[in-house]
Amino acid sequence: MTTYAWAPGFIAGDRPKIVTSRFEYEDSYTIERYLATGGYEGLRAALARPSYVVHDEVRASTLLGRGGAGFPAGVKWGLTPGGVYPRYLVVNGDESEPGTYKDRLLMERDPHQLIEGCLIACYAAGLSQCFLYIRGEMALAQERVAQALNDAYAAGYIGKNILGTNFSIDIVLHWGAGAYVVGEETALIESLEGNRGMPRLKPPFFPAAIGLYGQPTIVNNVETLANLPFIARHGASDYTAIGTETSPGTRMVAVSGHVKRPGVYEIVNGTTTFRDLLYGEEFCQGIRDGNTLKAFVPGGGSAPWFLPDQLDLPFEGRLVGAAGSMLGSGAIMVMDHTTDIPAAALTLTNFYAHESCGKCVPCREGGTWLMRILQRVVDGHGTTDDLELLLEVGESICPGDMPHAASAELGLDATPFPYKMTTICFVGPSAYVPVHSALTLFRSEFEALVAPSRQRTRIPVTAVGGAS
Amino acid sequence: MPRLNEQNTALAAEIIARYPRPKSALIPLLHLAQEQDGWVTDEAMRHIADLVGVTPAEVRGTGTFYEMFQFEPIGRYLINICGTMSCALLGADELMRAAEEELGIHAGGTTDDGMFTLHRAECQAACTEAPCLQVNYRYRFRVTPVEIRQFIREIRAGQHEAEIPSHGTLARIRQHIPVDRGVGAVDPAAVNEAPVWVTTAPEGGAS
Ligand SMILES: Cc1cc2nc3c(=O)[nH]c(=O)nc-3n(C[C@H](O)[C@H](O)[C@H](O)COP(=O)(O)O)c2cc1C
Ligand code: SF4
Ligand code: FES
Repeated sequence: MTTYAWAPGFIAGDRPKIVTSRFEYEDSYTIERYLATGGYEGLRAALARPSYVVHDEVRASTLLGRGGAGFPAGVKWGLTPGGVYPRYLVVNGDESEPGTYKDRLLMERDPHQLIEGCLIACYAAGLSQCFLYIRGEMALAQERVAQALNDAYAAGYIGKNILGTNFSIDIVLHWGAGAYVVGEETALIESLEGNRGMPRLKPPFFPAAIGLYGQPTIVNNVETLANLPFIARHGASDYTAIGTETSPGTRMVAVSGHVKRPGVYEIVNGTTTFRDLLYGEEFCQGIRDGNTLKAFVPGGGSAPWFLPDQLDLPFEGRLVGAAGSMLGSGAIMVMDHTTDIPAAALTLTNFYAHESCGKCVPCREGGTWLMRILQRVVDGHGTTDDLELLLEVGESICPGDMPHAASAELGLDATPFPYKMTTICFVGPSAYVPVHSALTLFRSEFEALVAPSRQRTRIPVTAVGGAS
Repeated sequence: MPRLNEQNTALAAEIIARYPRPKSALIPLLHLAQEQDGWVTDEAMRHIADLVGVTPAEVRGTGTFYEMFQFEPIGRYLINICGTMSCALLGADELMRAAEEELGIHAGGTTDDGMFTLHRAECQAACTEAPCLQVNYRYRFRVTPVEIRQFIREIRAGQHEAEIPSHGTLARIRQHIPVDRGVGAVDPAAVNEAPVWVTTAPEGGAS
């Protein structure tokens, strides 16, 4: 058991570091260290320019959102309806997607960088108040961010007339209380309004148009915002010099599971391949115990699985999307050949079924059905009918072809992510994704578990419909 | 059955004032109540309802959605063992079995002496450090079955009191916005103009 004096996880290397540049210092979270290493210089540079110029700079950087959807931040900020004020910034620090581990590190290890990012975003996009929503279970991150906010207020970086300018803003620290779905941006807003964290329908509730208290609201991920001090200080051209045209900069990626050296790595965006990450000397150094790779989840628990023949894909959103999965939140989960695939899929389906907010029937009922049927298959009480039943229930959540790694092999067109769904948010489909990936890629493992069909009274599945 | 005490009531007022609408403070105030008593009492919920101007049913309605709030007394130490994929791949089940044996309870239960409650938890954002757990939301990483038994014995013997506060206490550092520096909540009912620092491009540019 490891009790670290300071947060573990991050493994440094010689790669360019944008958001983890201070992680090598044990006191990286203090305002003293922050100021000694160029801290708040980005804010100074931003405040020296008109707000629209800073917005243009962020647009030019093509900074892609790191929360899952990969939408360009500069474009999102421009989607607010003209002339409608006040507008708010809500920071999504609710990190809870299975496999994802980066925002917590950024909050624990460099809270001032996040705060500076929030300030730059509010200045550039004309946002009047900032709410920093941190996952409830992250006690250390809450303490570090609270201390950093207190220090930054005292030093004049937050509050009235920041650095002697007419820029004035409050950043309010807010804790969640344990609910995965609250990470979805409209649920985050509901939660921040003091309600049960249930997603709203889009349209009309696109946060940029109708968000917190019905006002235009920008929701950005912690890592997205942590990139802004660099962009404001060094300019978009220095940022786009790293990575590729469509995926500039770096990304934090957590690789967990059966690798020799699991960890969180800041990688060059767009060019680093899954093979580099899983086998590279400076990254995970291969599969544990000399085992062989069986499958991996490329982008968080909601992402369709990949087989070893997809290892050479680079960490690039559009390519991975076209291959039938997604980069999501930058989380790779690795399974070696000893993995019990149905049981592994069950852990994820359990997760999403458990986390359903209950608003849509296909997610609430379908997720629970998937979990129960899969559980009885894993327990050895299933029948071959159950395998079809799983697909049938899944079809009611995600009608039409599902994208996944073996699409081509199966003679299907790889449908790019995202796919069709009958639910308000992605929690519903996410319960099915692992079942579908596992069942189509490793059907024989399921067949080995089930007895031949018995004449069982089938319960009809009519869960099609609900909200769309 | 305790309401929020005087000190916490003052803290509650400070928290409520940060938000344009008082109801937004509901979750932070429920945390405050849980910190005070170790769980959220009915009295505290009624008090919170008064403070933010909603009905007690609304407070309960919101509170029960969130996993962290306990509406009955639980152990002084809540052990959450992660069972999601990355941890499951690296031995979360064995860890749970060891904890269950050591404590003599099943997941979901509380020991008779009120010291421990054991839960199976979902992903804790520490997946590269699997298998992991939290005790009152303080992490332990790469834990083996032998180590968890040892750890439980140490907690019982009071060896981790400084580092792990009793259940309900989350962050021990709070945000305080200094009166002379704070801008105050920006209420849509009172403000509908662009902030003063906003400038638009001279000609058709970004807004
Ligand atoms: C079910 C669900 C859970 C999500 N969880 C998170 C989360 O924990 N953190 C996060 O930043 N985004 C999460 N997202 C994505 C957010 O809805 C949103 O797209 C994101 O915060 C926007 O920030 P970005 O543009 O900076 O990426 C989730 C989305 C869904 C559908
Ligand atoms: S898909 Fe599931 S979690 Fe999402 S809104 Fe519907 S019921 Fe809630
Ligand atoms: S799966 Fe256990 S911490 Fe993420």
